[in-house]
Amino acid sequence: MSFLQVQGLKKVFPGAGGKADAVVFDDVHFGIERGEFVCIIGHSGCGKTTILNVLAGLEQPTSGLAIMDNREIAGPSLDRGVVFQGHALMPWFSVMRNIAFAVRSRWPEWHADKVRSHSQTFIDMVGLTGAEHKKPAELSGGMKQRVGIARAFAIQPKMLLLDEPFGALDALTRGTIQDELVKIVQATHQTVFMITHDVDEAILLADKILLMSNGPHAVIAEIVQNTMPRSRARHTMHHDPQYYRIRNHLVDFLVERSRLYQRGHLRDAYDPKHPPVVTPGLEPEPPPTDLAPAKRAAQVVNLRH
Amino acid sequence: MAFRDALKAAALSLVFLVFLLGLWHVATLPKEKASAAEDEYAKLMGKGAAKSDGFPTPAQLGATILNHLREPFYDRGANDKGIGIQLGYSLARVAAGYLAAMLVAIPLGFLIGMSPLLYRALNPFIQVLKPISPLAWMPIALYTIKDSSVSGVFVIFICSIWPMLINTAYGVGAVRRDWLAVAKTLEVRPFRKAFQVILPAAAPTILTGMRISIGIAWLVIVAAEMLVGGTGIGYFVWNEWNNLNLTNVIFAILVIGVVGMLLDFMFARLQRLVTYVE
Repeated sequence: MSFLQVQGLKKVFPGAGGKADAVVFDDVHFGIERGEFVCIIGHSGCGKTTILNVLAGLEQPTSGLAIMDNREIAGPSLDRGVVFQGHALMPWFSVMRNIAFAVRSRWPEWHADKVRSHSQTFIDMVGLTGAEHKKPAELSGGMKQRVGIARAFAIQPKMLLLDEPFGALDALTRGTIQDELVKIVQATHQTVFMITHDVDEAILLADKILLMSNGPHAVIAEIVQNTMPRSRARHTMHHDPQYYRIRNHLVDFLVERSRLYQRGHLRDAYDPKHPPVVTPGLEPEPPPTDLAPAKRAAQVVNLRH
Repeated sequence: MAFRDALKAAALSLVFLVFLLGLWHVATLPKEKASAAEDEYAKLMGKGAAKSDGFPTPAQLGATILNHLREPFYDRGANDKGIGIQLGYSLARVAAGYLAAMLVAIPLGFLIGMSPLLYRALNPFIQVLKPISPLAWMPIALYTIKDSSVSGVFVIFICSIWPMLINTAYGVGAVRRDWLAVAKTLEVRPFRKAFQVILPAAAPTILTGMRISIGIAWLVIVAAEMLVGGTGIGYFVWNEWNNLNLTNVIFAILVIGVVGMLLDFMFARLQRLVTYVE
């Protein structure tokens, strides 16, 4: 069994004012191994953030469950660190105190000195040495997000959950922080689950990319294995021919195939408990199945006439 | 540049002041020809002919101010105490009523802000009680408490409580979900969450409520002391009115204004201390 196991997750938002209930996603299954970096990609409204919140214990699924380390996730826990989309730093605390707040929550019995030195380690790790006493308002967007990352790493959680952490950053800053995240994750062997909209970011960071179809009734349509070596780097990645194969596969999914699941196409052969695992570039290109079943069905109908 | 602007504003303020004082001075100049009847009346009242009109001149006010400031803390019986002593009484009443209101309003506001159910349940009471003039409580306070001085404190309590209660509830209810989510994922205990997350997050809103409250309390204490009498700056005004000593009344009005300004200034400073930039 995987380190993290998600089984039959479903979320329904009750319809307001007599409208029908909205099923955001249904029958979602996937697993994450220890030390694995998993990204989830999908269009807005497919329920990515809800899945992350369920893993964080901040939201309850309508049905289904998530099991981490053989224990069901029933609420928020220090075992799972969260980096929020909007950094969520306390503006009245300095950088140091923001991180020390988390460290003190994790180890309440520690002395002030130990809390400080532990926090300092993680401030140094994200390259914010010297900014310890600044308030978040005095930091740039990228620096704020670094503090958020340091805070999540500082409690040394079993799993890290990142909700589009770089979405609000400019491309240059994003690149730098991505590189740093790669380094930190490789050094700490941290298990990570991350939401992103950025295909390149997913290829750079993830070992495994979950592709979610569009909502409502979203599903994990495919699991893409990253077939590039783990030592990949942002500035050399695009020289690897595998890179474009993976990238094209992901982009094709986002622009074309992500819509089809919603309409019921491709559903016949689809087993939600075992979404197809694909390795772009390492397997013969799959036949253009996109519209094939529907066409075939149409032909069958024609023959009968 | 900012300094020069400040200097310009100060100069202009001074011009306005001089102008107003001049206007006042001209308006209160002794009339050229006082009627014989008025002269007789003035003699009858034991006053000099120089004091033709009742309204004091700026010069008289200046002399009064100097007089009071020279000896602010004298005490010559119930109806003749220094302005400092009267102010002390008023400030003590405001402080007592205000602190009591704080002790009730802030914890209660916290609870209301945390619980939407409690908020909805208590809202009708708050909405009805809030617009009542604090002085309307006076008869009930006097009847139940029976002590006029404590009744004054009660009136301050009842008028200070609403802005603090409402602002605390609002501030606590409006704490950003993100911060609460952080506290949740860090398994922060309720007590620590209240003091290290919710309180600092809501502090600017709470302090705004406190600032409004202290303003209202200072407005109300004057009226309350006029009613209950005995001591305090409000009673001083009433007493000097009964003495027909308008100079003292004007002086007291000035003092009330300055003290009110200082109180507001103090809370503005406090507000700046707890305000954070997001």
